[in-house]
Amino acid sequence: MATYKLTINGQAKEVTVDPSTPLLWVLREELSMTGTKYGCGVSACGACTVHVDGVATRSCMLPISLLGNRPVVTIEAMASDPVGRVVQDAWVEKDVVQCGYCQSGQIMSAVALLKSTGKPTETNIEESMGGNICRCATYVRIREAINLASQRLS
Amino acid sequence: MPTATKKQKRQVNRRAFLKVTATAAGGLLVSLYLERPAIAQEGAGNEQRRPPAKAYPPDAFINIKPDGKVHITVNRLEFGQGVQTSLPMILADELDADWSQVVPHLAPAADVYKDPVFGIQMVGGSGSIAHSYQQYRELGAKTRAMLVAAAAALLNVPADQCRTQASRVYGPGGKSATYAELAAAAALQPVPAEVKLKNASEFRLIGKKVKRLDSRAKCDGSLKFGLDLQQPGMKVAVVAHPPVFAARVKDFDDKEARKLAGVRDVFEIQLAKGSGVAVVADKFWAAKQARDLLKINWDSTGLDHADSDQLRENFKQLAKTEGKVAKTVGDVKSIANTPPANLIVAEYEFPYLPHAPMEPLNTTIRFDGDSAEAWAGSQFQTFDQMAIAQVLGLKPEKVTFHTEMAGGGFGRRAVPDSHVQREAATIAKRFRGTPIKLIWTREDDIRGGYYRPMHAHRVEVAVGADGFPSAWRHVIVGQSIMAGTPFAMMMKDGIDPTTVEGVADTNYNLPNFQVSSHNPTINVPVLWWRSVGNTHTAYVMETLVEELATRAKTDPIAYRRKLLKPEAKKLRAALDLLDEKSAVWRRRLPAGHAVGFALHESFGTAVACAVDVSITNQRPKIHRATIAVDCGVAVNPLTVESQFQAGVGFGLSQLMAKGEI
Repeated sequence: MATYKLTINGQAKEVTVDPSTPLLWVLREELSMTGTKYGCGVSACGACTVHVDGVATRSCMLPISLLGNRPVVTIEAMASDPVGRVVQDAWVEKDVVQCGYCQSGQIMSAVALLKSTGKPTETNIEESMGGNICRCATYVRIREAINLASQRLS
Repeated sequence: MPTATKKQKRQVNRRAFLKVTATAAGGLLVSLYLERPAIAQEGAGNEQRRPPAKAYPPDAFINIKPDGKVHITVNRLEFGQGVQTSLPMILADELDADWSQVVPHLAPAADVYKDPVFGIQMVGGSGSIAHSYQQYRELGAKTRAMLVAAAAALLNVPADQCRTQASRVYGPGGKSATYAELAAAAALQPVPAEVKLKNASEFRLIGKKVKRLDSRAKCDGSLKFGLDLQQPGMKVAVVAHPPVFAARVKDFDDKEARKLAGVRDVFEIQLAKGSGVAVVADKFWAAKQARDLLKINWDSTGLDHADSDQLRENFKQLAKTEGKVAKTVGDVKSIANTPPANLIVAEYEFPYLPHAPMEPLNTTIRFDGDSAEAWAGSQFQTFDQMAIAQVLGLKPEKVTFHTEMAGGGFGRRAVPDSHVQREAATIAKRFRGTPIKLIWTREDDIRGGYYRPMHAHRVEVAVGADGFPSAWRHVIVGQSIMAGTPFAMMMKDGIDPTTVEGVADTNYNLPNFQVSSHNPTINVPVLWWRSVGNTHTAYVMETLVEELATRAKTDPIAYRRKLLKPEAKKLRAALDLLDEKSAVWRRRLPAGHAVGFALHESFGTAVACAVDVSITNQRPKIHRATIAVDCGVAVNPLTVESQFQAGVGFGLSQLMAKGEI
């Protein structure tokens, strides 16, 4: 067990956990932030995507001991993020979700994409979103929503 | 999922009436009181089995609160299909409720929420809307009638001069009252025995593109799925399952596992088949790490180690022999004398497929000695509640069973043996008073069985001079999904309808036709997988019809029109619509592109599909798909569109090697 000081959504947090504990489980079980989802545990599905130092990152395979002092941003902060809010609104407007379990991760990946590339091409979208699996396969509407958000942000 | 046959549907006693209660706070609570819940799958001869009337929770379906909110309870699991929006739409339309004030809830396990046709509480067989459409309309309409009666008395106007809109009753002369104001008085009105439902032209919600009610919460992380559940003092459990299905623990060493901080207990537990080792810890990560440290010796004596290559070969050989005959029309003997030039022999293989819902399987249970509370994203609340009760030695009604939002399912949460709930209950029994959340990791899910069964098809088609099949012999090999479950009673003459559905009930006119099936017993648990038998049978039928049309040098749409039975009106309508809607792009197909068609009816819905395909980088690429659907009333066209748009991707996931889509 070790104690870690974290910055989650701009707030200072402190947790005492086994150093191997992935960031995902620190968020979900130590901080009760369940918006970030467990899907596979092996960085294969993207449901656990958060931003670490602004970069879309799979939290399920990032041991807390390797996080360092990098700030973490999760889905819970997206409603108050200028890009995040636009992306969420586009998602709602396009009625994207079905079961919705992957959508936290989809939105975190989409926000990271739109923050780095204001007007993403189809290839940009494929490259950034390709690691986020939606078992319901809502991909068509995800793409529509990203394009809508991109228009609104430009 | 099974569908009730027409005969079974006729046996269902749909007589139901409303039970209305005023609440202390002045609200109106309405529940549907089922006089006799039907047990559809039990078939004929059970008409006299009338369970005694039970007291249902008074707020079972509608709760009009003093703040104007209209709470509507949905008798189904929501796991993506959108029923948590569409069933309230149906009810709110007849009720003339203010849609912006509607709050949906998922129903716990209770008799009142049983599927009116199947007689158990479940999602499956495409029954959610089909079976509850009338039920939810009547609930809305009867409640509206009582609100109108209350308004007429209050405003001193004739009821037939009142109209309703957006949770308000308007009388003549500008008088009006809100539903919230009327709720208490309405609850005292007699429940109408009969009520006139709206004409389709009067619908305000049904048939309109209405956005899902759960979108925002699914986009901001606030929606709680079963896996997100937190309870005071809760512990997390994982189970080491046997590497060979149904194997038993011989012995195990948990010394290292127990050293980990937060690990509370490690013990062998009985599984639905075989045994495993459960680890209970304060948190998931400790439980999983501890499980990884277990050293377990397994006993798989006498159990088959299923091997896909071997099974494939066995299935292929078996498909060359006649199985149990499920359907015979005319005589297929002529196939033996058909010259090879006029004969198509096609063999198909379909692998085992996991459902892999995004949210890993989980169930939380707290056992309190003489009662229990359970939380699960379940498609089979009735069975799961019973299974938990059985493990805990309780009556089912002593288990309060909450239906949790689920991250997908596709059949995986409709398991006749309730194995996940049994595991959770077995562990919870040992931790009296402590909520136990059992989590199946993704590895457990993928390795854990309950797959869509592996199948082989062998089809011989004699092609007549006119290019149409003169004889069609079809053999299907695959494990039975129903055998050994309560659904086995739906099997007739040893035929599992889920093995042959989509072929034996084809709507093509095949004058000489035989379908037979083999259901080998294999040591791999199998389960229905979204649309069940149709996932493989439609593929076989439609690729063969495409081949026949190509051979006959006939337009595939025209070919199908000729081949369809005259009575296949839904399919014909879907085909006509597809023809119309895809005509423009089909005429302007770029070089290197081809069009593929498919037409199929299952669970009462007819679908016609045309796809624009090319081979790009040695992989098939779908550029466009046009899908025509006849699903009856499209309650929410936005959801129907979404299901088919995404269904294309889901369907492809079963066909592409290594799951690449």
